[in-house]
Amino acid sequence: MKKTLVLMVMALLPALATAGGGEGVKLDPVSIDLNDKVSLQRGARIFVNYCLSCHSAGYMRYNRMARDLEIPEHIVKDEMLFAADKIGDLMKAVMPREDAKDWFGVAPPDLTLVARSRGPEWIYTYMRGFYLDDSTPSGWNNVVFQNVAMPHVLYEWQGLQRAKFEEVDGVKTFAGFELVKAGTKTPEEYDRLMRDLTNFFVYLGEPAKLVRYRLGWWVLAFLAVFFVVAYLLKKEYWKDVH
Amino acid sequence: MSTDGVDKQRRRFLIGLTSGVGAVGVAFAATPFVLSMLPSARARAAGAPVEVDISKLEPGQLLTVEWRGKPVWVLRRTPAMLATLPKLAGDLADPNSENAQQPPYVKGVERAIQPEYFVAIGLCTHLGCSPEQKLEAGKASGLGDDWPGGFFCPCHGSKFDLAGRVWKNVPAPTNLVIPPHAYLSDTQIIIGKDPEGGQKTAQAGHRPTGVQTDGGNA
Amino acid sequence: MEKLLEWVDARFPLTKVWKEHLAEYYAPKNFNFWYYFGSLAMLVLVIQIVTGIFLTMHYKPDVNLAFASVEYIMRDVPWGWLIRYMHSTGASAFFIVVYLHMFRALLYGSHRGPRELVWILGAVIFVALMAEAFMGYLLPWGNMSYWGAQVIINLFDAIPFVGPALSEWIRGDFVVSDATLNRFFAFHVIAVPLVLVMLVFLHIVALHKVGSNNPDGIEIKAHKGPDGKPLDGIPFHPYYTVKDIVGVVVFLMLYAAVIFWAPEMGGWFLEHDNFVPANILQTPPEIVPLWYFTPFYSILRACTSDYMIYLAIFLAVIASLTAVRLRGLLAKGAVLGGTALVIVGLFTLEAKLWGVVAMGASIVILFFLPWLDQSPVKSIRYKGPIYKTALAVFAVAFVVLGYVGTKPPEGLYKALAQIGTILYFAFFAFMPWYTRIDRTKPVPERVT
Repeated sequence: MKKTLVLMVMALLPALATAGGGEGVKLDPVSIDLNDKVSLQRGARIFVNYCLSCHSAGYMRYNRMARDLEIPEHIVKDEMLFAADKIGDLMKAVMPREDAKDWFGVAPPDLTLVARSRGPEWIYTYMRGFYLDDSTPSGWNNVVFQNVAMPHVLYEWQGLQRAKFEEVDGVKTFAGFELVKAGTKTPEEYDRLMRDLTNFFVYLGEPAKLVRYRLGWWVLAFLAVFFVVAYLLKKEYWKDVH
Repeated sequence: MSTDGVDKQRRRFLIGLTSGVGAVGVAFAATPFVLSMLPSARARAAGAPVEVDISKLEPGQLLTVEWRGKPVWVLRRTPAMLATLPKLAGDLADPNSENAQQPPYVKGVERAIQPEYFVAIGLCTHLGCSPEQKLEAGKASGLGDDWPGGFFCPCHGSKFDLAGRVWKNVPAPTNLVIPPHAYLSDTQIIIGKDPEGGQKTAQAGHRPTGVQTDGGNA
Repeated sequence: MEKLLEWVDARFPLTKVWKEHLAEYYAPKNFNFWYYFGSLAMLVLVIQIVTGIFLTMHYKPDVNLAFASVEYIMRDVPWGWLIRYMHSTGASAFFIVVYLHMFRALLYGSHRGPRELVWILGAVIFVALMAEAFMGYLLPWGNMSYWGAQVIINLFDAIPFVGPALSEWIRGDFVVSDATLNRFFAFHVIAVPLVLVMLVFLHIVALHKVGSNNPDGIEIKAHKGPDGKPLDGIPFHPYYTVKDIVGVVVFLMLYAAVIFWAPEMGGWFLEHDNFVPANILQTPPEIVPLWYFTPFYSILRACTSDYMIYLAIFLAVIASLTAVRLRGLLAKGAVLGGTALVIVGLFTLEAKLWGVVAMGASIVILFFLPWLDQSPVKSIRYKGPIYKTALAVFAVAFVVLGYVGTKPPEGLYKALAQIGTILYFAFFAFMPWYTRIDRTKPVPERVT
């Protein structure tokens, strides 16, 4: 009985597999620079103010982010700590998962590792890829994520855009956006803010990135010295062997 | 293969050099492993200082909070309670708190920063049971007419006064431990942090607490 | 110090072991680049065990906690990220080193007598290592961890009669679940490491009993000096201890470069899909094992029903050649009859089953190598053009199989996998014939 149930669930799987990434949509390049602390701080502010209500960053602690991004703790406490009590807490979303599932059909996923699973280009293209679509429950769709349940949270900034499609070899292909109503930010400003947000996501996915590149040079330098010393020793002893 | 004409000195030198560099390398390599066993950010978050709001605490009322897995008492002592403290010296094992069971900024017979508020870890210094509150003086506490008010440990019968000082001839050897704590304002005590720069008295208004002492991760 | 040593030696063969296996273990003096990988494999084993122990201090083998505990290690544990990357990079490093170590044997005939047991123990180590890596990969409980384990364990279903029951027994449940995770943790952390350490010990004991091979394939014990020591041998310590230290340092430089600058290696060492927690309702678009399993994964997937005819022809050719060689009607009959039965099975039983069989056979065939290689010479330096070509084709086929194993099994990739599979087996299966007819060169008496 249980086995039949399992087999039935597994038969449903192909239908449930998400269609990540639309057909042939090119992902836009984005310049990631984790040394740009100001950019990371801007990205952190956007994330906390606009995303954290629904999406957790459940593996990151506020105090770690404060320390790494050089944000003074009192600013974090005063301006960022509405979803938690203490600065050492994990960054969990405000919205309860069960409710989110009811309202959107699927619980908004935790975003801590999205930059490692999808990649920064995907995030950057996604955040700029929402368009008006009457056929979906939210009225929004996204070129990178077909029929995504998430509405365009930042539409006031970006403005409203529609997507144009054309037939290429019988396949409906994306052919650019057209702006229907301008937002409060220019396209360049919006792109820059989304770059900041993406930059932040890359940091969020792997805070150790801030230190490991630098540390690697030191380790390799030490090993280079060790190599010279060990090689001299080897050569000295192997003089015996003919 | 021949070992004639071997420069033994050079070999000894090179072996020494390689061993030295190697030993340094081993020390570098071992360090992250040893450090990884220190309390993690999660442990430090769980053990982080706890803020207590004392604005609603009535005189004679005791509030218990948890810090690092231990119960911490905050008792607002009445003038009558405070008055009992200097008279008990003869009954107590360590009336002047000579044993280092309290931070240096906790002074006098009251064993407090502000005499009115008594902050202590609510665990008997014998074997760690949590003593019962016997705050009322006299017969009402069931410990005899002379009872000045304090705490009684049910496990083995140790007794402590209203400043947590231990009585003579009881199993517990030392006074109750006073945790590091500080006053953030008239209505807020933080437990688990020392006051900044010497003894503190109550100050009006909110002060920023500065950088938290939860260390860092690489 | 002298006195202390005497005291110990009277009670424990310390100096004896030191002499026999280090200071007076005479190894050929002509070891080259290919001879670094044995000691490197041992180094990586130690690294994996040490990093593994420290990871176990923080990891939680529970489906609800496992994924989060890995991120806990990456963020909250001081230097946890470094220990994790050392372990994940170490796993890939282990297979790079071991594959090169095995390739050395194919080059110089280290699998030939009297070293057959060294090779066989090595093959067992290889199987144990694959099991260790497979089980270790489930532990992070990422989406690829889960689905990879699900797919591979389901393969056992294909075994007739006992298959489904066997799969259930392995899993401890009807699907990969908490029961599976916990037992894989037990195996990965203690059972298989103990087995590996023991096997490595036996592997070295077997080697030291007969002495090491060398790039010329000459037995150095054939020419001893007046002191009874091989003329072409040198004591392992200090000459190879000192040389191996250099090898270790170079390895550590490459290892460190990956750990600090490219631990994901573009998704080859840490798969992108594994940064998403296991989701039983959502399969990753492509289920791909880590790179070191992909050659065998290709062989598994190559066996589709349209492939059976090629396998049938291949088997028929081998069987015929074998039957010609064998003496006695019974032996000939048995080989031909058995093969005929298998060929019937190829077309009547599920192709999926034959995929499993082929994948298993691709590893089992390694065990037979010492007897398949019937060349009069050991080392490729003195073998003829046929063996050199065969080995080159095998190496290329192995790499190509590995690459196509990461792609969907369609079109060109499928064709390459199917061709690669035949070439892989052909290297071994035809070896008794081509090594005999190959034109070899005279082998020198002393090493070059």
